Amino acid sequence: MAEYNGVMVFGEAKEGKLAVITTELLGCGRRLASELGQELSCLLVGSDVGGLAQEAISFGADKVYVVSDPLLKNYQTDTYVLVTEKVAKQGMPKVLLLGHTALGRDLAPRLAFRLGTALTTDCVELAIDPDSKSLLMTKPVYGGNAQASFASESLPQIATVRTKAMSPLERDDSRQGEIITIEAGLDPSSLRTEFLERVVAEVEGIRLEDAEVVVAGGRGIGSAEGFEQLEELAKILKGAVGASRPPCDNGWVPPGYQVGLTGKIIAPDLYIAVAISGASQHITGCSGAKTIVAINKDPESNIFREASFGVVGDWKKVLPAFTAKVKELLAD
Amino acid sequence: MIVCVKQVIDPEAPPASFKVDAAKNTVTLPPSISPVIDPYAEYAVEAALRIRDAQGGKITSISLGTNLLRDVVKKPLSMGADELILLEDESFSDGDSYSTAYALAMAIKKVGDYDLIFCGRQASDWDAGQVGLGIAEILGLPSVTLAQKVEVTDGKARVERVTDDGYEVISVALPAVITVSNELGEPRYPTIKGIMAAKKKEPVIWKPADIGATPAQVGASGRRTKLMKLFQPVREGKCEIVEGETPEEAAANLALKLREAKVV
Repeated sequence: MAEYNGVMVFGEAKEGKLAVITTELLGCGRRLASELGQELSCLLVGSDVGGLAQEAISFGADKVYVVSDPLLKNYQTDTYVLVTEKVAKQGMPKVLLLGHTALGRDLAPRLAFRLGTALTTDCVELAIDPDSKSLLMTKPVYGGNAQASFASESLPQIATVRTKAMSPLERDDSRQGEIITIEAGLDPSSLRTEFLERVVAEVEGIRLEDAEVVVAGGRGIGSAEGFEQLEELAKILKGAVGASRPPCDNGWVPPGYQVGLTGKIIAPDLYIAVAISGASQHITGCSGAKTIVAINKDPESNIFREASFGVVGDWKKVLPAFTAKVKELLAD
Repeated sequence: MIVCVKQVIDPEAPPASFKVDAAKNTVTLPPSISPVIDPYAEYAVEAALRIRDAQGGKITSISLGTNLLRDVVKKPLSMGADELILLEDESFSDGDSYSTAYALAMAIKKVGDYDLIFCGRQASDWDAGQVGLGIAEILGLPSVTLAQKVEVTDGKARVERVTDDGYEVISVALPAVITVSNELGEPRYPTIKGIMAAKKKEPVIWKPADIGATPAQVGASGRRTKLMKLFQPVREGKCEIVEGETPEEAAANLALKLREAKVV
């Protein structure tokens, strides 16, 4: 029987290119594969993904498995688990990495249970133990209030990795690799779910995850109208507006604004947190920011433990004055 | 309908109150802060209640663990669930996603009659998000995760599933497992009537033998992952508080400070 060997990355496509998370996984996978002295492969699944194989090689893969089938056009649990199971059994990777995305969160646990192995989700750090050569997987737990490192003896060792936790390699189009095409071999009658439609939330202006400046509001903003003041500051700073969970749950802003553990993980240059108390579940989404600025009336609130600069005061008084001064400074 | 509900330490407790007991590899809170039912599981209870409101049905809540506080694990009953099953035994403790999903799947098999199994998208302690899918895999059921809306018609559920840039709509044949996300909207508060009714209901308690499992298959003995280390990253905590005579002046000083630091 063949031995488990190497690192495999499950690749995702976005707008006809490799998703950023996939380039990050390839960067991390390359490092782990080198430490193991083994190869890095990438699995691409979809209806027409063969064109991305060279891109995966340019970002570090030695080998790319391509499974293209019209039935794989949209992500569905049943088809994607079957195909990934098939390739994992053929390629027999020792380590299998997926993004902690809507797709990875759904696919990875079922896959791990089906393969009879274990999984650690939402990892921010992966390392090979120098003695045992097994994978050490570190993830935030308790909403970010602590971190835990896990190991698993069953193979393959599967992990989903948080976005922006790893760095991609510099793209190198001269890299060579092997491309292997695998038949999906799906039986449409075995599908227990049906994909009906996809609804993409419309975003005006800069996308939250791409913005260099984010102005975010919390429960203390109190209303949808309050967020208009945040929009004004964001516009001046050419940034985007974000929120902690309560404003999203209360419908003051769309769900796509949510920054945090169950929302978006972002890493802007500047994050201005207005009336956000700074629960760990929220901080986990913005701690990658270069500079955090806090405006909060409670000097004891946790956000001041995370921020570099802060003002203690009622945002209704502080924010308009701050916005006016910033506008004045930027006009000079 | 079955809802899986976990008792957890209160995730809304102030971050400074979370402490790691390195010797035991556990996270602790001061005794003054009581455990709660997992907030994500409350959304799962709410999803089941909304379906019952629309077309009836019975809701059974299942919780697994040790030292399950009755006031805590009865919350789904006070919100409106019909029955409560507790998998309560020392051998269920310190499980991982695998051994927990195994025990819950065996219990659900014993319950037998179900169309929908709801779980929270993840539990707020280990934030793994694996148990719901594990149950589906063990029971051979289809699954849809991260639901923000669930409707049932003609033996199928129509589920809106939250994605990274919006949502997708999936139709799934029943029985199925659905994990629920907070985009569903606020769970209802228990009513006084609900709380009184819950007080009167006695939970059914099952041990491993009752669900056809051996103690070796559940809890810590059934684990597939090993917790190597639990720790708290060091926080730097070097916030510069910008002051002023008035809030407006402090705000202007903050803008100047950020300009000086070339942040804006």
